[in-house]
Amino acid sequence: MTITQSRLSAFTRDYGVYAALVLLALSNVLVTRDFLTVETLREQVILLVPVLIVALGMALVIGTGGVDLSVGAVMALSAAVLPLSLDYGVVPAVMAGVLTGVLTGMLSGSLVAFLKVQPIVATLAVLVVGRGIALVIADGETPGTGLGVDVPTLVLVAVALIVVVSVLAGQTTFGRQLVAIGGNRTAARYSGLPVNRVLLTSYVLCGSFAAVAGMFTRLTTSDPSRTGELIGLSAITAVVAGGTPLSGGRIRVLGTVAGAVLIQLVTATLLENGAPASVAQMVQAVIIIAAVVVQRGTR
Amino acid sequence: MLEAARVTKRFGGVPALRGVDFLLERGQVHALVGANGAGKSTLVKVLSGVYSPDEGLVFHRGRPVRFTGPQDAQQRGISAVYQELSLVGSMSVSANLYLGKEPRNRLGMVSFRRMHADAERLLDSLGIEVDPRRELRSLTLGQQQMVAIARAANTDSRVVIMDEPTSSLEPDEVETLFEVIRRLSERDVSIVYISHRLLELFQICNTVTVLRDGQVVHTGRMCDIGPVELVSSMLGRDAADIRRTGTTAFTHEHTPAAQEVLSARQLGGSSHADNVAIDVHAGEVVGLGGLAGSGRTETVRAPAGLRHPGRGTVEVQGRQVRTGSPSAAIEAGIVLVPEDRTGQGLVPHLSVRDNIVLAALPRLSRFGLVSQSKQDGLVHTLMRRLGIQATGPDQRVSELSGVNQQKVMLARWLALSPKVLLLDEPTRGMDLDAKAQVQALVEELAGQGLGIVLASGDLAELVEGADRVIVLREGAAVAELQGDQVTADAVRAAIAERGT
Amino acid sequence: MRARRLAAFAQRHGALLMVMVLLTFGGAQVTGFLTGENLGAMAVRASFLAIVALGLTFVIVSGGIDLSIGAVYSLCGVLAAYSSRWGSAAALAVPVAVGLAFGLVQGWLIGKLRLASFIVTAGGLLFAHGLVLFITAEGQETFTVPKGSTFLELGHGAVPVVVTIVLYLLGGVLLQRTPFGLRLFAIGSSEDASRLMGLPVAGTKIAVYAVSGLLAGLTGALSTAQAGTGVTTIGLGVELAAIAAVVLGGTVLAGGSGAVSGTLAGVVLLGLVHGLLTHTRDLSTSMHALVSGTTLLVVLVVQALLSRARNTD
Repeated sequence: MTITQSRLSAFTRDYGVYAALVLLALSNVLVTRDFLTVETLREQVILLVPVLIVALGMALVIGTGGVDLSVGAVMALSAAVLPLSLDYGVVPAVMAGVLTGVLTGMLSGSLVAFLKVQPIVATLAVLVVGRGIALVIADGETPGTGLGVDVPTLVLVAVALIVVVSVLAGQTTFGRQLVAIGGNRTAARYSGLPVNRVLLTSYVLCGSFAAVAGMFTRLTTSDPSRTGELIGLSAITAVVAGGTPLSGGRIRVLGTVAGAVLIQLVTATLLENGAPASVAQMVQAVIIIAAVVVQRGTR
Repeated sequence: MLEAARVTKRFGGVPALRGVDFLLERGQVHALVGANGAGKSTLVKVLSGVYSPDEGLVFHRGRPVRFTGPQDAQQRGISAVYQELSLVGSMSVSANLYLGKEPRNRLGMVSFRRMHADAERLLDSLGIEVDPRRELRSLTLGQQQMVAIARAANTDSRVVIMDEPTSSLEPDEVETLFEVIRRLSERDVSIVYISHRLLELFQICNTVTVLRDGQVVHTGRMCDIGPVELVSSMLGRDAADIRRTGTTAFTHEHTPAAQEVLSARQLGGSSHADNVAIDVHAGEVVGLGGLAGSGRTETVRAPAGLRHPGRGTVEVQGRQVRTGSPSAAIEAGIVLVPEDRTGQGLVPHLSVRDNIVLAALPRLSRFGLVSQSKQDGLVHTLMRRLGIQATGPDQRVSELSGVNQQKVMLARWLALSPKVLLLDEPTRGMDLDAKAQVQALVEELAGQGLGIVLASGDLAELVEGADRVIVLREGAAVAELQGDQVTADAVRAAIAERGT
Repeated sequence: MRARRLAAFAQRHGALLMVMVLLTFGGAQVTGFLTGENLGAMAVRASFLAIVALGLTFVIVSGGIDLSIGAVYSLCGVLAAYSSRWGSAAALAVPVAVGLAFGLVQGWLIGKLRLASFIVTAGGLLFAHGLVLFITAEGQETFTVPKGSTFLELGHGAVPVVVTIVLYLLGGVLLQRTPFGLRLFAIGSSEDASRLMGLPVAGTKIAVYAVSGLLAGLTGALSTAQAGTGVTTIGLGVELAAIAAVVLGGTVLAGGSGAVSGTLAGVVLLGLVHGLLTHTRDLSTSMHALVSGTTLLVVLVVQALLSRARNTD
């Protein structure tokens, strides 16, 4: 590979997501009717925010070189728990919802950190269990409508979490240690870093974020087990497309945000221009693979 | 049979082989020797098709070849037994012997009966006594090694490369191996034999090539060289020569204090480095000598908590340190610069800054938030003090030269103001100037009162750098040299004792 | 030593033991459970899961995972119904070919480009599911196999069970007696060692995902033959049950060991639990998901502890 080629591929890796985003937004302004209306934007934000929140938590786990496949089930679980506790007030309900994420995150994290189970396997098991519990809880219950938060609050929460994760990843001991663990686990251990604690914490955070996202999701079907089925994958795609490689050792928070927006925008563009949801889904599948190919072998 | 001509191979800009010529003739048993990091394993991987050379050519039967991979090389009759066992532990011995070329019946299915029979015949012909039906991992390491060799020697191999075949063998197993080699040699099979055990080389090999720092420094008939000369050419220049010119930056301007900083007992692992004890005074450099596989690395790593807990004792300034935990050791002030800088020390893709502050992060933080000003101040100070040459603190550490990478490692530890510095081959793979820079730093740190343990295969470095040298052989301390006793000849004699 | 052998035995044959216990218990306690009719119905229901789990066993032995099997199963079921208009042969050939093609593409990405199997097959899941929705006009349209089509014979009575048994026999031979099977074990145990030994790692991986895709496609065809229509939701999520069955059968998810007989026992065990739960009280599928999930988790923890115990001594 020549230097120009390798520079080009490095650029694609790091900034491709922004370039794609700008191109897509511009062409939308030109092509799609009603693209910049308030109503369209509101609708997009409602769809975007849960994916974004899950992706932020996922970025932390992927930064360690792991992955969390259970996020969809965790969303379903917190969405199912929410209506049960909503009678006691919003704050206890939210706390109960977040707690489900903390607990499932602790389960995956312990399996990964202490029992050295591969992250994919551990979180897959938690996915199956979480989904089972969600189904049992929601059995016969009327499906929740989430917290019914208005759009400005959604945006506020999303921005707050973006800031939190940016600071966490870049400015804190935890974030710096996390990236080092993802980059070279042996070196991290030899340098006296609390490897297990950092791993556990990253899964707990990812679970909590997924739980929060679950509470913001409107359940469109009567079966809560389907909640978040695709969101977990979208989140992984957003993270990877944004420049965080699946092999870990690096976290790109803004890239992740851009990745999430990009995926939502692609879907929206297709749908707005008359393509069926199924086509949008297939396109997303192609984006996933493309993102992984682009990030292949990078750190 | 097989030849390498002017072969150069680099990893991330660092050359592992520099213009190496190597000629293997039919039926030859060719010893390939050199200190750790001299480039032996890299050369082996070039010859067996795992790596392709950056420069130079490989000739096979007189014609230049470019192997597409180990599979390609194997098809041309060149197979290798690697240091890291390349077998599948959960499968039977015969499956391991015949994976990829299984005997089949008429339906295309594996005929296990024939496979076992073939395996029995093969093992028998080589004089290896192992039941081919057993699961591989139920065998001793030595037996597994023999199976790996049998696989490599199977059927139409013309060249067999053995990388440290005896490192895990018991004495009687070594005899079996030699028998195997003799039988192969009689069949005109050429063998490349890598070992640190000198005696063996004289027993079994007829030709020898010595590598040092990625270059060939000697090649010739085995009977024309003596063990001491062999050690000399492996480890560096002649003793007299070293004394005259001085190849290291050590000046011995530090003076050990009376106070002991480190006192470690029974640094024994399960089989290596048993009953070895190290005491280090403040401002003292204690050298650990011995060939690779002598337990040198295990010994220097043990006080840093890199071993199963519960064995031996480690005290820092009289206070007991929990063993088996790197963080406990670091907390107590014991830090290690590991031999494998990029694999075990640095986080290669992170910046110089991130690598320097990695261990010090909690000290630079309040409520978990890293103070940028404190961090930048520390990084700036350390980069200047150690003379780290980089485009800036943001440069990726993987882009630095070996010596600057090593300085980053040292900077990481100096940020913690440690009491004991353990160095494992700190100048491995560096040129003389780079070595001198690191050595000068080590000297300076000793002068500032650090207790230093220097494990090195570089004789000059050891003799000129250390106040005291402990020589290890086969996991045991065989000599402790002090003061005037610390000479290259004395160390060499202690190392080569069994070989002479 | 004895404890470790016991543990190994439990891992290998635990599912079979549980099956026997459940059969005895079910027969004694639950009236109408141990009847030929009930057991036969359960066997037919279990056969679909069994076939996808067979393909997954190969994948897991090779050290990978295939999350796409449920969606491919679903896609191929719909395709079978769709293509039945062109005749019985097409109704079988199209889904099997599409399943194979899916597997080949995924295998190529995993084997040649060395991408992580979970992300590739997760993408495959998404794509296959999207394709199902696309074909069925976003799930609005249902295709029916013409009455009297010989294709329906494939799903008639015990045919799926017979097909399953034949496939498991073939699968057992493939895994235990052929060079291909040996390679799967070698690659799953140590990919690096396999590469150094000169085994064709990429080709083997492509083949294993192709087999998995092919079997998922066949399952779709069989289930449509049985139901008479291509139901869009059938098969979705089956990958999780299949993973549970494989792990229950003693195959370690990390790869390198396993047996198809274990997977069959795992499938039967899940089927029995499901059957008993639905038979005794009217517990819905949700409880079933919870039970199989929890079992999977427990088995995983036990496996992790076992391998840790093995590594420390």
